[in-house]
Amino acid sequence: MSEAALTQAGPQEGMDGLVDDWSSDKQTYHVPWGKAMMWIFLVSDTFIFTCFLTSYLHVRLTTTEPWPVQGAIFALSLFGSDPIPLILIALMTFILITSSGTMALAVNMGYRKDKEKAFWLICATAFFGLCFVGMQMFEWSKLILDEGIRPWTNPFGAAQFGSIFFMITGFHGLHVSGGVIYLMWVALRVRRGYYDEKGYEIIEIVGLYWHFVDLVWVFIFAFFYLL
Amino acid sequence: MSSEAGQQHPLGIYYKIWILLFVLSGFSYAVDFYEVQGAMRWTLVLLFMTLKAGFIAAIFMHVVWERMALVATILGPPVVLLLFISFMAIEGNYTENARFSYMGHDRDAIALTPEDLHGGGHDGEEHGEEAEH
Repeated sequence: MSEAALTQAGPQEGMDGLVDDWSSDKQTYHVPWGKAMMWIFLVSDTFIFTCFLTSYLHVRLTTTEPWPVQGAIFALSLFGSDPIPLILIALMTFILITSSGTMALAVNMGYRKDKEKAFWLICATAFFGLCFVGMQMFEWSKLILDEGIRPWTNPFGAAQFGSIFFMITGFHGLHVSGGVIYLMWVALRVRRGYYDEKGYEIIEIVGLYWHFVDLVWVFIFAFFYLL
Repeated sequence: MSSEAGQQHPLGIYYKIWILLFVLSGFSYAVDFYEVQGAMRWTLVLLFMTLKAGFIAAIFMHVVWERMALVATILGPPVVLLLFISFMAIEGNYTENARFSYMGHDRDAIALTPEDLHGGGHDGEEHGEEAEH
């Protein structure tokens, strides 16, 4: 009895808190259920992307054909200059980070109940997401039409380059596209005042998804484009 | 649930992390731009990647402020993946060596680049480079 009173007095932190939260039949995660579910979804998504990147690791190790030089393939001429290696990918990276920043601010504005600012910041996030997808479409069409890269062959080196590229960036692009739709859905509801009574945790939840998409890109950028 | 009043933090930390992420991305790109190669490239790229991922998860996704029960759920299972990745790396290295040693593949083969195929600028803007070849 006295112990029950003790746990009710206030949640403990750190390892004691971990034991405390998992003990006895009670709620484990002291967050809104939607947020706990989003985290569990993101953990499962981590497994999917890790499987993709690990298959890339394995394919790249085992293929004896030389791996195409990413810097040369993803180079782009700007305003008639010499091709600048990876410039488009760098721009995409910066755009995604910009969108992550506006998303973080939107979460903050949501908790301040500043609906107008939260709405516009989510819209900005979605806009940058659209820019990212647009640049990816440009990149894909350049690779498919100009360079003749296919999932099963390419003129530069190991055929697996194409399958890994289209699978990983395609799946990531799908996540971004889905995120844009999810963001716009939440933004419109924020504007209508739908969350006035329910609370604005939903912006943090959609924010978690969006930051995760950025997080995945950090790994794709490093492993697929830079290394 | 009522004990947590949402993740509310001063705006300043978001701006600082935002700028930091830009700087780290710039560094990552600089590694490629200045053509750092070999072990140094791997070290730098992985370092900047880890820092970026860490800051996004810790600050933007608020992991650093969450309770240990949730943090353990988020970060625990992916640790198993490290084991999986190392197994696949070991196996992949073995397969590669076997293919080079017993199947007569060329260890020193070099990949082609778009320049090799299009003769350096198919849009007719790089005549100077074409003359060098």
